[in-house]
Amino acid sequence: MTTTTLAVLVPLLPFLGAVAGLLLGRTAPGFARPLAVLPSVAALALAAVVAVRQGGGQAVDAATELTPTGSVPVELALHINGFAALVAILVGLVATCVQIYSTGYLRHDPRYTSYAALVSLFTSAMLLVVYSGDLMVLLVGWEIMGICSYFLVGHYWETPEARAASIKAFLVTKLGDVPFLIGLFALAADTGSFRITKILGNVASGGLDHPTLIALLLLAGVAGKSAQFPLHTWLPDAMAGPTPVSALIHAATMVAAGVYFIARLLPVFAASAAALVVLAVMAAVTMAGSALAALAQDDIKRVLAYSTIGQLGYMTGALAVGDRGAAVFHLLAHGAFKALLFLAAGVIIHAAGTNSLAAMSRMKDLRARVPDAYWTMTVALLALAAIPPFSGFFSKESVLGAAEHAAVGHAESVPGAAGWIVLVSGLVTALLTAAYAMRLWLLAFHGHGTEAPDHGKQPVAMNSVLWLLALPSLAFGLATGLLPDWFDGRDLTPTLTTAVLGTGVALVGGIVTYGAWRHTTAMVGRVPLGAVAAHPDADGGLVEAEAIASHEPAYGNVASAPDPADPGRLLLGPLHRHAAVGFHLDAVYAALFVRPVQAAATLVRFLDREVVDTYVRGAGTAPRWLGTAVRRAQTGNLQTYVSALLAGTVVLVVAVLLVATAGA
Amino acid sequence: MHLAYPAVLSALLFCTGLYGVLARRNAILVLMSVELMLNAVNLNLVAFDVWLSKTAQDTLHSGQALTLFTIAIAAAEIGIGLAIVLAVHRNRGTADIDKLRDTAEHGDDDDPDDDSDTARSEPAEKAEATA
Amino acid sequence: MTPAAATVTAAQATTTTAAEAHGFLSPTGVEIAFLLVGLVTFGAAIVTVTTKQLVHAALWLVVALGGLAVEYLLLTAEFIAWVQVLIYVGSVVVLLLFGLMLTRAPIGRSPDADSANRWAALTVALAAAAALVWVVVDAFRTTWIDLDGPAAGSTAVTGASLFQSWVLPFEALSVLLLAALVGAIVLSRKAKEAARGTATASPRSAALGSAAPRSDSDKEGVR
Repeated sequence: MTTTTLAVLVPLLPFLGAVAGLLLGRTAPGFARPLAVLPSVAALALAAVVAVRQGGGQAVDAATELTPTGSVPVELALHINGFAALVAILVGLVATCVQIYSTGYLRHDPRYTSYAALVSLFTSAMLLVVYSGDLMVLLVGWEIMGICSYFLVGHYWETPEARAASIKAFLVTKLGDVPFLIGLFALAADTGSFRITKILGNVASGGLDHPTLIALLLLAGVAGKSAQFPLHTWLPDAMAGPTPVSALIHAATMVAAGVYFIARLLPVFAASAAALVVLAVMAAVTMAGSALAALAQDDIKRVLAYSTIGQLGYMTGALAVGDRGAAVFHLLAHGAFKALLFLAAGVIIHAAGTNSLAAMSRMKDLRARVPDAYWTMTVALLALAAIPPFSGFFSKESVLGAAEHAAVGHAESVPGAAGWIVLVSGLVTALLTAAYAMRLWLLAFHGHGTEAPDHGKQPVAMNSVLWLLALPSLAFGLATGLLPDWFDGRDLTPTLTTAVLGTGVALVGGIVTYGAWRHTTAMVGRVPLGAVAAHPDADGGLVEAEAIASHEPAYGNVASAPDPADPGRLLLGPLHRHAAVGFHLDAVYAALFVRPVQAAATLVRFLDREVVDTYVRGAGTAPRWLGTAVRRAQTGNLQTYVSALLAGTVVLVVAVLLVATAGA
Repeated sequence: MHLAYPAVLSALLFCTGLYGVLARRNAILVLMSVELMLNAVNLNLVAFDVWLSKTAQDTLHSGQALTLFTIAIAAAEIGIGLAIVLAVHRNRGTADIDKLRDTAEHGDDDDPDDDSDTARSEPAEKAEATA
Repeated sequence: MTPAAATVTAAQATTTTAAEAHGFLSPTGVEIAFLLVGLVTFGAAIVTVTTKQLVHAALWLVVALGGLAVEYLLLTAEFIAWVQVLIYVGSVVVLLLFGLMLTRAPIGRSPDADSANRWAALTVALAAAAALVWVVVDAFRTTWIDLDGPAAGSTAVTGASLFQSWVLPFEALSVLLLAALVGAIVLSRKAKEAARGTATASPRSAALGSAAPRSDSDKEGVR
């Protein structure tokens, strides 16, 4: 088979799997698991074959036009370069891991079949985005991901948190998608095509009339999808979905779509220096703010969610300094270790019966209950904190190196300011990242207090996946030397300055957190805290749903807990209160958008109920009153009737006479 | 003689009868008022007939013929009317028009016993007649 | 209203409404007689419809109808005048009096002779009178009836026209009278039966012994 055929099959197989799963889910539930796992495995294998055949060389391009679509043709097009091939492998890998993990995590879930089918559909959409060479087709996959994430985040729709989170995720991403769509049209209007190759060729020859406008419009969609400030608020809330969904959607694929999109169209963004500066500022605010917020979260998955936002900030930062190689490198490394972190967190939540770090810190020997999760999570946290020689070190150093490169003015067409912004914020975030990674590790695995509950071994399907994902987290750094062949050819090896600086601040962050933890951990015994799920022996999915639902009643807040033994509280000081709620951005949005809309809705309801309905009611009441009056006239007294009749006759006669005589 | 004299007298008599029809309570008095109205019309007919036979040489004398017919019809009418009034009076015990309110909207001041009685009396009479 | 009132007074020959040769200010003898008799007739009619004594109303009706007969005479319609006297004064009023007796109308003043509709009736009647008088006067204030020459309504003339031109309606009228006769008999016969029925039905013990349909209808009546 040709490479093109294989590449077409890559998104098609999960799609067929999803359709089959939805159709057969009820009638043949026995097929649900194979239908979920096998297409993903096949897609992964095919993506690997495609990558090997492409080999980082000339991009594979293929296009077919199904039907004429007016002035700007929409074509089913493939555009597979090194970025696409490698990202497809990542998507396939994470999707496969998530599907395998879900068979254990949601083993007894009654809605497993639809869940697995939606995950497959989601994978298919992401692969479509990755491979598509036509922006309209890309948009199709982009929007399918949006609706799938709505369904998957709302998987536990029995809980109000999940319902609210799914609607919020959908609305916020759509808020970005509207300008995104307009931006796509503007881009097509300027370049005359939706094909990525033609657009890039057009941009290279300077054919773009409104680069800043287009870049900013597209940036809005990217910010919504990739959870960048100020459209990031949906991601922490989306943790109300099942853990594998968080791993798939909100760590490795969907949020990566935005970054990947910019990486594909980087020349369009690079055409506007203003857009790059905006991108850099956005990345910097996202990075630093999310890292601070992560330090204050109590829900283990919300810590990871904010960490995802921060790492995505690194990627957009790399894009802001014009180095898409570094961005995609970090995307790949981060996709692997963040998926691992989420899946391990799912195991921990299942084992501990709670998602609260405060409760975990009061459990002794939790790490002995889940040794696999403990070791793999340690690896992943080290990678997250960018400690050498784990994969995160290399990818993050490549980002910082690119920023330094731009800051000192070596990068053409990239403003030095953008470089400095990304560099400084990247270093600050490295410090904070190490701090919250350390805090997570210490609180989750080094608690004091009662013995952790023993629910037996975790399912093999869940543990094996953790080790599978630990491999790239450990060893992906080795690929640093090979990757430039696949990317733009720019060197990705860490420079000495940034490597020393980055590792130094990361170590400082970790040590300071450790010190703070030593200081506060004595208080653990004094303040009892914690709530455990009602069915600790049930499926991971059920335990997690119960844990999320009980977090607010138990701790007063879905995000944080009143735990004085939390080192994050000591480190952040007065900032903790604000960081715990995401720096009140939700409150600001509530004041700016939600309340006005609700007020308008109240007004509309008032107008409908009190004004419009008054007319409607009046239309009923007036005839009734009229009828009552007329009925009152029906006395049965003939003389009254005749009187009225004759009075009317007289009036009519007089009127006729007056008219007649007036005319005469 | 001015035609206006009989015409105006006729109009006034007619309206007097009208008032009687509308205002009198006893059905026989209403019948009297109807007679007044008919006579007012008759006066009109006669007056115009005289006028036309003199001015237009009309030999048909339609006015006078119609007056005679009206008188005959009025006699028949008063006979039938009195028979009806007597029947009503026998059935209801009253000849007051404003107490005959069978067509009134239900739930009015008419008492339902009387209502059902009168409603049933007619079929009862028919059944009797056939027996 | 005011123009109507003005024309009413004009009809009473007190104002200066112009008529070519025959002014309202110089009435002829016939006119004066007509006017006087008319006033009496109108007054009697008013009393008829307003008196509280029912029998008096019938008697005043005699006056009014008789006055009309005189007016017919003044209009030279003598045959009609006598028919009026014969039929109305002779039979109709007698019938009405019988009716009053049979319905046990109270002799003497009955305070509820007028219904509650009185004021509405008065309003309608006055409005109608105003309109009619206004129209009639407006239309015919200059029209003159020449009463000289042969009588327009002598018995010969009336009989000739009635049995030449109007013979078919005259015969049809006889059918109508027959129908009225039959109708009156049927109505009063039913009334008689009903009266007998109520007489037998009122004492319950008597009703028990009566025929089956009787008790059926009794039940229906109760229901």
